[in-house]
Amino acid sequence: MMEIRTPKTHKAKRVLEKRAPKLVENGKKTLILHGTKTSATVSSVLMELYRLKKGGAIKYSRRNANIRPFESGGETSLEFFSQKTDCSIFVYGSHTKKRPDNLVLGRMYDHHVYDLIEVGIENFKSLLSFSYDKKIAPHEGSKPFICFTGEGFENVPELKQLKEVLTDLFRGEVVENLNLTGLDRAYVCTAISPTKVFLTHCAIKLKKSGTIVPRIELVEVGPSMDLVIRRNRLPNEGLRKEAMKSSKDKPKKKLKNVDQNDVLGKLGRIYIPDQEVGKIPLADKSKGVKRERREGKLKKDKEEGSASKKLKESE
Amino acid sequence: MDMETDQIYQIDVGNLLAFNPNHRFPSAPSSREELVKECVTEGTKLVQAIADTLFNFPSTETNDGPLVQLPPPTTKLPREKHLPRPKPPTKWEEFALKKGIQKRKKDKIVYDETTDKFKRRHGYDRVNDDNDIPIIEAKASDEPGEDPFAKRLDDKKKRVGKQEKNRLQNLKTAAKAGALPSHVQLAVTALPISGTKTQPQKLGKEALGDVAGLAATSTASGGKFDKKLPGEKPPKKQGKHHKYLPVLPRYGEVDEEKEQTNKVLSKLLSKHSHEILNVGKAIDMYNDKKEKKKSGRSDKLKAKKDITKKKPYANKAK
Repeated sequence: MMEIRTPKTHKAKRVLEKRAPKLVENGKKTLILHGTKTSATVSSVLMELYRLKKGGAIKYSRRNANIRPFESGGETSLEFFSQKTDCSIFVYGSHTKKRPDNLVLGRMYDHHVYDLIEVGIENFKSLLSFSYDKKIAPHEGSKPFICFTGEGFENVPELKQLKEVLTDLFRGEVVENLNLTGLDRAYVCTAISPTKVFLTHCAIKLKKSGTIVPRIELVEVGPSMDLVIRRNRLPNEGLRKEAMKSSKDKPKKKLKNVDQNDVLGKLGRIYIPDQEVGKIPLADKSKGVKRERREGKLKKDKEEGSASKKLKESE
Repeated sequence: MDMETDQIYQIDVGNLLAFNPNHRFPSAPSSREELVKECVTEGTKLVQAIADTLFNFPSTETNDGPLVQLPPPTTKLPREKHLPRPKPPTKWEEFALKKGIQKRKKDKIVYDETTDKFKRRHGYDRVNDDNDIPIIEAKASDEPGEDPFAKRLDDKKKRVGKQEKNRLQNLKTAAKAGALPSHVQLAVTALPISGTKTQPQKLGKEALGDVAGLAATSTASGGKFDKKLPGEKPPKKQGKHHKYLPVLPRYGEVDEEKEQTNKVLSKLLSKHSHEILNVGKAIDMYNDKKEKKKSGRSDKLKAKKDITKKKPYANKAK
């Protein structure tokens, strides 16, 4: 026995339609949560990340003991939260003796874990420790510049994955029209070794230069930290192919059996299947339809008509 | 963008992303500050490179500032949800396709022949309203005792039920193909699996209230002085529950009160009326009662009255 359930309010319907799979997707939302134990660094990192991504992030304040992203059963809670909050990136912070100041960045596809990367935080400097002119402070929700420096990002597979994840995390919404006065922040990531990345958040100062293009100056404002690559999990090939598919990917259908000829113009080729004469089904031989019968009847009517005429004439 | 040496940056303007793959730290940086400084300078160069392309785009002036059109991003990132799957055609759509039936747009206002006016097609005071028909002419095929108005209502109910069934079927096939519309959910209400215990039914609000009421009546005071939880409603029907049958039966319905009394009467006056009474059982019950009375109702649980004990406050003078 099945029952159709539809939302009873228009607002609920709009929310469901917003969360439905679409051709052009909304910006990815981030879920920030922490595990059983967090150190001061981890909790401040999570808080500052939430502040940077305000508007596109949801932060859970409770401890989550049953989430272990790298274990097979430990992702069910994460997937449930992802479903409930419609978030497809998550940042999970924890602190253990074996993995101090740990951060797991993960992405979801269809609310199932797609890929994971675990980093350790070192040399963390909080936003509050930076002193700068408050006028250049970046506004909330502005689209950031993202810069990567270092050959590691191209050669080392873990750093390549980290680059992709950080781009996804910091990107925000994909916009078509951009207001040039609203560009005020940049994230700078440098690969200082094959396992270490230095990440910092800067505000942009636009200075006058001779041309239309202003001279850019970056001032460090936000949190800065060293990320040390620990574990990672790449998406499996099939899933990756499916996730990377976009609607414009369909290969153009090759038009077959059509030729363009300069002399004759457009030529087409027609293939006629082999006619097996013996196997052709016989015609409809139902009684009244047969031609002989029809013609016979016509003749008879004519004869009768002429016969009656003759009779009349004879009389 | 080419810079002094052969450094080519990979720039994705749509994402405001720049990547410099050719940077190498000249030597182990001496201090942390030096490292940070170098990173920031490299970052500045990259942002400058993006800004060079960005500010050269044709911009439109608005109140908030110059607006530029960003090109679509070039770096491919994985989607967060699957591509929407094509909906399988419904039964009607398949039929219409086969027969070549085109969709026709219907007008909201339709001309009504009976009253020469324009009326709306759906809603209040509509064309061809089922309830407005005063006379239904009898056809030769009609049975004599049938109510044609009731029949019309019945037919409509059947049609609506059939339509609902078809709608459910269409949604089921769509769900199978993974293309259920986003605002619809198909919920399983009961699982009739043979051979296993049926799923325990989830009690609704009213059922829970009924059960709570029932449980309350089992208390010593019959649930009257029970502490009520915040938001708990008072019990619905208090006292004895009687079902009174209607005195005058509804049109076309059986007279239930008459039927009730007739049933009892027929049983008493029937041929087998002597079989109604189980004589053996009646005798046993009577004997049991008599014995109990004889033994003086000696329940062990009943406390025997002790006449030697003084009653409290018996001699208090007032």
